[in-house]
Amino acid sequence: MPELSYREAVRDALSRAMREDDDVFIMGEDIAEMGGSMGVTQGMLDEFGPERVRNTPISEMALAGTAIGAAMQGMRPVAEIMYEDFLTLATEQIVNQAAKHRYMSGGQLSVPVTFRTQGGAGWSPGAQHAQQLEAWFVHIPGLKVVFASTPSDVRGLLWSSIYDDNPVVFFEHRTLYGLKEDVPDELEPIPLGQARVHREGDDVTVIATGRLVHEALSAAQEAEGEGISVEVVDPRTLQPLDEETLVDSVKKTSRCVVAHEAVTRMGFGAEVASVIQYSAFDWLDAPIERVGAKFAPLPFAPVMEEFVVPHANDVLAAIRRTVGRNGN
Amino acid sequence: MRVAKVEQKGTLSDADLRDFFREMLLIRRFEEKVEERFRAGELPGFLHVAIGQEAVAVGVCRALEEGDVIASTHRAHGHTLAKGTTPNELMAELYGKLEGCSHGYGGSMHLYDVERGNMGANAVVGGGLPATTGAALAFKFRGEPRVAVAFFGDGATNIGTFHESLNLAQLWQVPAVFVCENNHWAESTPGWQHMPIEDISQRAVAYGMKAVKVDGQDVEAVHKATRKALEHARSGKGPVFLAVETYRLVGHYIGDPQVYRSKEELQETRETQDPLDHLRAKLELSDDEVEEIDREVQEIVDASVEFAKNGTEPKPEDALKNIYA
Repeated sequence: MPELSYREAVRDALSRAMREDDDVFIMGEDIAEMGGSMGVTQGMLDEFGPERVRNTPISEMALAGTAIGAAMQGMRPVAEIMYEDFLTLATEQIVNQAAKHRYMSGGQLSVPVTFRTQGGAGWSPGAQHAQQLEAWFVHIPGLKVVFASTPSDVRGLLWSSIYDDNPVVFFEHRTLYGLKEDVPDELEPIPLGQARVHREGDDVTVIATGRLVHEALSAAQEAEGEGISVEVVDPRTLQPLDEETLVDSVKKTSRCVVAHEAVTRMGFGAEVASVIQYSAFDWLDAPIERVGAKFAPLPFAPVMEEFVVPHANDVLAAIRRTVGRNGN
Repeated sequence: MRVAKVEQKGTLSDADLRDFFREMLLIRRFEEKVEERFRAGELPGFLHVAIGQEAVAVGVCRALEEGDVIASTHRAHGHTLAKGTTPNELMAELYGKLEGCSHGYGGSMHLYDVERGNMGANAVVGGGLPATTGAALAFKFRGEPRVAVAFFGDGATNIGTFHESLNLAQLWQVPAVFVCENNHWAESTPGWQHMPIEDISQRAVAYGMKAVKVDGQDVEAVHKATRKALEHARSGKGPVFLAVETYRLVGHYIGDPQVYRSKEELQETRETQDPLDHLRAKLELSDDEVEEIDREVQEIVDASVEFAKNGTEPKPEDALKNIYA
């Protein structure tokens, strides 16, 4: 069983798909010789050549839109948007074009394109290089949205995204690229729309995405020492959402914390909280707690950045509040 | 890898041109009928007709080969008919019926006919340009002798997608043809207010792209220029920009009072720049001949309205289909 980092796991999924299938190719800014700003595509130029590991100019509209056009002709492009902040530049093409061609054509077209992107705080890039914008895309019918938190998940989910016949916006978290895990030799595709229970528990369910999955797992460990048994669930696919697994977990524990790095206001956790309160209202013993970034752009100074984004201790404090212990 | 098919078609015969005249007149009568039925309150949404630009649609689409694809604009009826969608299917779409070319999901600004090579009309100005470069990239990847053609107006040459798409197309030498229908108006804004240059083809030249100026009111000239552009693109020499001078002889949308241009100017343009008048004079068609063609196309248009009205209303809950593959 080889050990792969999250970064290598992304590369492995891309490379395997490209080895098996001439219709798959990757395109993006600085992905060829440089191997991508995060090093994800390092070495792929040597294996696949410049046609299929296609460097693009700094042109997010055309980068996204060209991938859409190639997908409409039956290819399976994976377009890398270097930072998710730059998704803003490609949003017209993703939201008005990729998400709607199938619908506007009355089902004649499909657009099997994957937009890979990454973001996340923790290294002081400032306000334009670390936002978490996944919730924007969950709001758009016609898109699928994935946010993977571990090497095995990122590999299996990326494979499924490439082979999904719909446009997928695929979020990776910058701080997870070095995270290592043993993964099977065989790539096991993970179906989109299937949550993962990382840790079982009886008292509180924490529903977390991206980096916050790991913060939640640390908080759960800590809570266990205080006698609180915490279940940690990662939806992994934000659209479609595996409501059943989330709701079943909360029906079991009767308490819920939602946690993500994006700002709390209008964040993905708001939707999850709504789903939970509607479907598990009679089971809830406490208000659903929400953990997310404070309502501020990301500041540069490390002390301010750390203050704005949530950490394990914020998740732990939320867990304690749900069981009525406010001693933080 | 298949070898690109490069055909040298001879000059057009009179019979070809008569056929073009018939199709242009069909588009004209179709658009007039659309105006009439819209004003009668039968058509939902809002509509942009292509009266005055028929020679561009017919000249370009008749030059295409089987397998070539187009992307169109909000002013799409002419392109769609010229690319082979039947008047019945188009009219049914405008009435929001299941028999429509987008099955009632698209409407006037989102006309699709994928089987016939129409990748869709776009209601976002410049929205279809990147996909045209992308479709051409797919053809290049697969070694298919196909060309992707984008229609867009002069107004679209100010938006970022235009510049990014032309830059990429030229950089990657993909088989695409960019047909700029310069009708001198971006909705209500005249060219001199939206573009600091007079010669729009300079914008393509800036990217090193082959650019050709074409008289868009002369269908023979449009056809000839398109054939050459397609041959260039299909044979791997890279994309071509066609700067097509044309005229919108009506408002931006049906009901547009056109307060931004004088009645005299509009009248003069109508009298001097009607592509049907030009072709009729060139072919020396008699009144009787024109009347006969006119009668025939009007019957087709009338029948399309009947077809559309008798079409099937979607069920409200059909709105939840076709969102995901």
